Amino acid sequence: MLAETLLVARKDLRVEWRAKVALGQVTPLALLILVVFAFALDANTSLLKLGAGGLYWVAVLYGGTLLIQRSFDVETDDGNMDAFRMSAISAPSLFLGKALALFVQIGLLELVLGLGIAFFYEVRIVDWALLLVAATAGTVAFSVCGVLWGVMSAGLRVRATLLPLLLVPVLTPVLLAGSRAFETALGVRADAGWTWASLMFVIAAVHTAIGLGAFGFLLEEG
Amino acid sequence: MSTVVKFEKVVAVAGSFPVLTGLDLRVDQGEVVLLRGENGAGKTSFLRTCAGLISVNSGDACVLGFDMRVDRRAPRRYIGLLGHENHLYRDLWVREHVEFRAAAAGAVESDTDAALEKVGVPEQLWTVPIGSLSAGQRRKVAIASLVVGRPRLWLLDEPHATLDTKSRENLDLILGEASASGATIIFASHERPPGNGLASRVITMGGGRVLEDSGAR
Repeated sequence: MLAETLLVARKDLRVEWRAKVALGQVTPLALLILVVFAFALDANTSLLKLGAGGLYWVAVLYGGTLLIQRSFDVETDDGNMDAFRMSAISAPSLFLGKALALFVQIGLLELVLGLGIAFFYEVRIVDWALLLVAATAGTVAFSVCGVLWGVMSAGLRVRATLLPLLLVPVLTPVLLAGSRAFETALGVRADAGWTWASLMFVIAAVHTAIGLGAFGFLLEEG
Repeated sequence: MSTVVKFEKVVAVAGSFPVLTGLDLRVDQGEVVLLRGENGAGKTSFLRTCAGLISVNSGDACVLGFDMRVDRRAPRRYIGLLGHENHLYRDLWVREHVEFRAAAAGAVESDTDAALEKVGVPEQLWTVPIGSLSAGQRRKVAIASLVVGRPRLWLLDEPHATLDTKSRENLDLILGEASASGATIIFASHERPPGNGLASRVITMGGGRVLEDSGAR
């Protein structure tokens, strides 16, 4: 199962590396959103520091949705979905492989956006451990939710607009929990940042379990 | 000879449209079957039902010994399907793509070079993105992706489309070799005249069922 998972992940990452969509288009666009927020808030540094956690996760949501969209565009292009279904790779491995590739891509996006809020919003990190744990939990949650909802909309002609419509409500709890955890990690608020990070892991675990069990069915019926 | 495909009174519906309407057909191991018929006759739907991509609504359907009403995914690892589309990742290099398909089919990657040579993809194209190839070259890469998997059942929908004369003859040779080694081949084509030497049997379809069968028992 591990070998199959890595095979799928390696293929997805190789496709992205060759196409340079994540690196050349999605990441600059997400960074641009951070800059636009700064303009919208009149470059008020104290206000930006207060809202940095939330603005960061909104940018991740936007960029992540594009990456998830792209991950399934590749599978639907040139009838690839048929080959995806016909493959001898087990459904759980297909699910985990796609999720792993998205984890790497969204993780890199988050790293760049993290540098972005440090530079543009001049934030100061007071709890590195919480920041890293929350970012990891959020990345896992975005990845597994993305694959789960991505495969559901993959066979539809309206997937370009439907996927964000499905994803945003599902990912809103992750966004809220991530924002609260980051606010604690950035020293903006002193409440239970670790509890919020734990909630993100719970959301990720629930969607991983659903994905492992239901991905095969969704792939067939999608 | 064992039976590879056995359909009895099979009805299959895609969306709300019946695509197979009581199809009766039996194909034995090693046969090369040419499907003919007008557009909408049910050729593609039959191939996709054999591959388990369309579910069987009623009747009995058995492919490679697997009951398609119980588990239509089970025979897929032994099937090579080539549809109207090529099923290619256009951003991957040619060799990378075929290596991935080989690994995904459970085959060994060392077969990749041999498969590409066999279908006539020049070595200088092996490290070129698939998206930059011509339509005919992409079709050859798609065929190489099937060859590496060594399927027991080949399901081909217009496999000769976009290929030049030499490549068509080469594909016929490849399919002939596969058949001689025990694989079963079912292909739909508007282009191949019946009795051209490749097909051992010609089936004419219409309205989602068999109208004429040169090998009827």
